[in-house]
Amino acid sequence: MQAIPIEYYLVLSGIIFSIGTIGVITRRNAIIIFMSIELMLNSVNLTFVGFAANFGDSSGQVFVFFVMSVAAAEAAIGLAIVIALFRIKQTVNVDEINILKW
Amino acid sequence: MWNDLLMGSPVYLSAALAIIIILVDAFSGKNKSLTFYFALISLIAVGILSAYTMNMHGQPVPEGGFSNGMIAYGGISAVFDILFVIAGILTLFASQSYMRAQNVERKEFYSLILFAVCGMSTIAHANNMLILFVGIEIMSITFYIMAGFFRERFTSVEAALKYFLLGAFATGFLIYGMALIYGATGGLLDFEAIGAKMLTGNVDFLYLRIGFALLIVGLSFKVAAFPFHQWAPDVYQGAPTMATGFMSTAGKAAALAALILVTKAMLPSNFDPALISDKIIEMTDFTTDAKWLIAIISALTMLVGNISAVVQKNVKRMLAYSSVAHAGYLLMGIVSNSINGWSGIVFYSMAYMFMQIGAFVVVGIIEKNDGRMDLKDYTGLSKTNPMLAAIMGIFMFSLAGIPPFGGFPGKYMLFIAAIESGFTWLTIVAVISTIISIYFYIGLIVYMYFKDSETPMTEKFGFSKATLTLVISTIFVILLGIFPTYLIDLVKGLF
Amino acid sequence: MLVDYLPVFIMIALGAIVGVAFLFGSEYLGARRSTKVKQSTYESGMIPRGTARNRFTIKFYMVAVSFLIFDIEVVFMYPWAVQLREIGFTAFWAMLVFIVILFVGYFYELKKGGFEWD
Repeated sequence: MQAIPIEYYLVLSGIIFSIGTIGVITRRNAIIIFMSIELMLNSVNLTFVGFAANFGDSSGQVFVFFVMSVAAAEAAIGLAIVIALFRIKQTVNVDEINILKW
Repeated sequence: MWNDLLMGSPVYLSAALAIIIILVDAFSGKNKSLTFYFALISLIAVGILSAYTMNMHGQPVPEGGFSNGMIAYGGISAVFDILFVIAGILTLFASQSYMRAQNVERKEFYSLILFAVCGMSTIAHANNMLILFVGIEIMSITFYIMAGFFRERFTSVEAALKYFLLGAFATGFLIYGMALIYGATGGLLDFEAIGAKMLTGNVDFLYLRIGFALLIVGLSFKVAAFPFHQWAPDVYQGAPTMATGFMSTAGKAAALAALILVTKAMLPSNFDPALISDKIIEMTDFTTDAKWLIAIISALTMLVGNISAVVQKNVKRMLAYSSVAHAGYLLMGIVSNSINGWSGIVFYSMAYMFMQIGAFVVVGIIEKNDGRMDLKDYTGLSKTNPMLAAIMGIFMFSLAGIPPFGGFPGKYMLFIAAIESGFTWLTIVAVISTIISIYFYIGLIVYMYFKDSETPMTEKFGFSKATLTLVISTIFVILLGIFPTYLIDLVKGLF
Repeated sequence: MLVDYLPVFIMIALGAIVGVAFLFGSEYLGARRSTKVKQSTYESGMIPRGTARNRFTIKFYMVAVSFLIFDIEVVFMYPWAVQLREIGFTAFWAMLVFIVILFVGYFYELKKGGFEWD
């Protein structure tokens, strides 16, 4: 059984990261922007796991757990902010959120 | 093991107290002052422990024990702790009277300050990228909440959303950079181990370059450096004024502490040529490129921040752009990559903390119902509130870097450090942008003292806890300006 | 080495062919009698009423956030459970501290009325 080279993981995670980045830049719905950010974080997780498997070192995998739980905390805060916004303005479109100059 | 616990105590204690204050908050019902005093006492306790552990640096970080070598002790981390604690206490006093003046006192703000201090001291004490990441996230998440703390005000929530989306975006870059550095160094997260590995040159330079660049991008977001500064003016303008003062000073100092940790480990200045004979060219290339990257970011940040601040009509937004510019000055210390530069950063962020929080407290005293923050609202302030105008004048002079005040020695140290490391052009840019900045800082003083308008400021402002913050800030701005050597010598001895 | 995967590729190709064949087969061979019941959203299920574009009450948001936090934090318990015997009591006490911290969060939410959903 031949091991898959580390470059494959890196290329895949690089592609996912780019998709996430493009999503953040082009999308206008706050929730979808946040989903794209989660995609970026998950590509980072893939990089970490790939390297950890390659080096036979578990600290990369531990890092992934922390990234996951931090992402959950961020998601909770993000949802709270979006809901607070929706109560005032009835929109989640970032183009319409421009009292302060964007 | 107990020694280990004592030496890392500022981090552990701030974390433990932050958890306890949640319970205090939950069980104290309508009693708001209990949370306030608990936060105050906690911050003082953390400050005392930091001062106590300050001289314990240099001792080897023990394996095993509580932190398993993941937490650095004493030394400069403790100085940063003290900075964060002072910023927390100043904000705590000012925020109580500020929130009362705005009729929205919620005790959660006091616990949030403690949480932010916990996150920031975790950053300053990090000896491992994982701890650094966790600390940055504790701090950032707290700041998102603080920015949106006035949840019924649209400006505040808008600021929170922008801060949150861009901050989380930056986090993505930050950890992708960490992941690539982890890969480049063959599975290392520990800063000391990374530093040792860099000296051998036995790293993958492609991953290292990409990873380092991404890490710098992520941290540039957090210090609000060009071209990732666009969020800063909006967030700083929309957030509650005291939260802005806290985020733009202590938050910036924490991000700079992270930058110091990263660059100190990854850009070794005195590597042994014999050790890495075949890798030395790549190694020198990498460090030079990295320094130039930060130098260009620094130069553009100063210019963009100061030039944008010139045209602002809103004082809070003007201070926000000046905060961007100050990120540029502080990055000069990272560029110089030497003890002089780093101690310049510590000194200047200390002085900057006092003057910026002070200036924001004055803005907070004058502002009313999300308004009255424009330059023209400050006309006639010297007649109705001469003390307030004088104090604001001192902060403006200090921010502009005019000699008798704390801003001057800090700027001077950073400029000299940049020249010493061969970045004379950067210092020239910094001097030019300082001259630009004098225009708008003095502009505010002109409005306060020499302009007339049909609607001058008539209200008089009485004493409150915010006055205490102002007095402390003013005293320290003047002290740091007149006796800078004491702090400079202390800091230099701790690296 | 790619030859080793040949069965997989054949399987994928077969799956695709069969799937497409059934799709078009039913398109050409099947009878079409459009009735009101057939056109409804759930043909043999319940009859939907109202619009799907309703706003949900804020309770669901509270449930979602609580679930998100407490669910994800459990992620730390899986590796802990696997390694508990090897690491021993250090791991035990560490997890105890972790759970106490989670409980503090739980009490906070309880006291602040996060679980009062009515």
